[in-house]
Amino acid sequence: MPPTKPYSNIPGTTVFDADQAHKGYHLNMFCISLMKEANRERFKADERVYLDEWPMTGEQKQAVLARDYNRMIALGGNIYFLAKIFSTDGKSFVYAAALMTGVTQEQYAQMMLDGGRSVEGNRYVGEKH
Amino acid sequence: MASVTAGVAMSHVPAIGAALDNGRSADSYWVPLFSGFEYSKRWIATNPPDVIFLVFNDHASAFSLEMIPTFAIGCAESFSPADEGWGPRPVPTVVGYPELAGHIAQSVIQQDFDLTIVNRMDVDHGLTVPLSLMFGQPQQWPCRVIPFAVNVIQYPPPSGQRCFQIGKAIRRAIDSFDQDLTVQVWGTGGMSHQLQGPRAGLINKEFDRRFLDGLVSDPETIARMPHIEYIREAGSEGVELVMWLIMRGALAPDVREIHRFYHVPASNTAVGHLILENA
Repeated sequence: MPPTKPYSNIPGTTVFDADQAHKGYHLNMFCISLMKEANRERFKADERVYLDEWPMTGEQKQAVLARDYNRMIALGGNIYFLAKIFSTDGKSFVYAAALMTGVTQEQYAQMMLDGGRSVEGNRYVGEKH
Repeated sequence: MASVTAGVAMSHVPAIGAALDNGRSADSYWVPLFSGFEYSKRWIATNPPDVIFLVFNDHASAFSLEMIPTFAIGCAESFSPADEGWGPRPVPTVVGYPELAGHIAQSVIQQDFDLTIVNRMDVDHGLTVPLSLMFGQPQQWPCRVIPFAVNVIQYPPPSGQRCFQIGKAIRRAIDSFDQDLTVQVWGTGGMSHQLQGPRAGLINKEFDRRFLDGLVSDPETIARMPHIEYIREAGSEGVELVMWLIMRGALAPDVREIHRFYHVPASNTAVGHLILENA
């Protein structure tokens, strides 16, 4: 019986625990490789060829090509590792956060200027406002 | 003898570094944030430390998933700014203090806290943004820095209680170093923020206020807060706040709050900032 995960009922949140880290090991290590300029250039030149050098699953590669960050997180990606992908694309955390929350970057930035996403109704899955 | 004179806490958002590096700190978006550190810059100019013991977390820059030390003390002569994916920040190389770092490592390990000793480590925005906020953009950082990296990337990070206790051990280690040195301990990261998934953008001002109040006046209680409460209330990345407890543990039980600043947002994050001196 695996230990219970008290954080599994937080909406829209994936805690990067040992299971996620195991699942996402190669995906995250691919991200780390983008910290070198030469690797960024090779990745940008042909993403598919570069990804095929890594023992990632087809699903993980597809999620990277599609820049589907929520999917990458579900498949074991950690946001600080995934940041190397959107940094390579010249994009910011705000850009990535807007993508993951399904709003435009302008809408997201405005929500932050208005004080951010409220915790009310966002503590537990199924919680009522 | 060396002594800890003050503690400083602040958030370490990468966009703050980018704003400074790209000459955008006078933009209307950033003015309120940087104005909160004007007092701090004057304070540190009149209270210059010889050494900063800087508690931060690495963001998949120096440590990949190959090695994940819970507590790592930087004992090198110097630490280069990391390339986090867009080239290294144009900031000075960080000059370390191998003799003091080695002494702290030995002392803290002998007090039953098992540290990882690191002799090569590039330092990312987690360490360099706090230096920029307090010192601006000098040619050289004005003091030596001992980086102390805490794992908050792979769950679980060390508990708040463990961080508070290790702070006390670090204080005892510094106190026993046989040179007259003024040491500040900085805790960085937080405050409420979540960078991932559909709940990204979470901010909890009430939680942050309670944390700031409690850290100053009742750290024993704050230290008992479980991880799940940070994550649920302050966002998945809000758990970085455990690092502030290392700073607090290194100070005396009673402290004077010299300065407090709080601002939302810096990019995705609630920025908090405290300067504390031993009472």
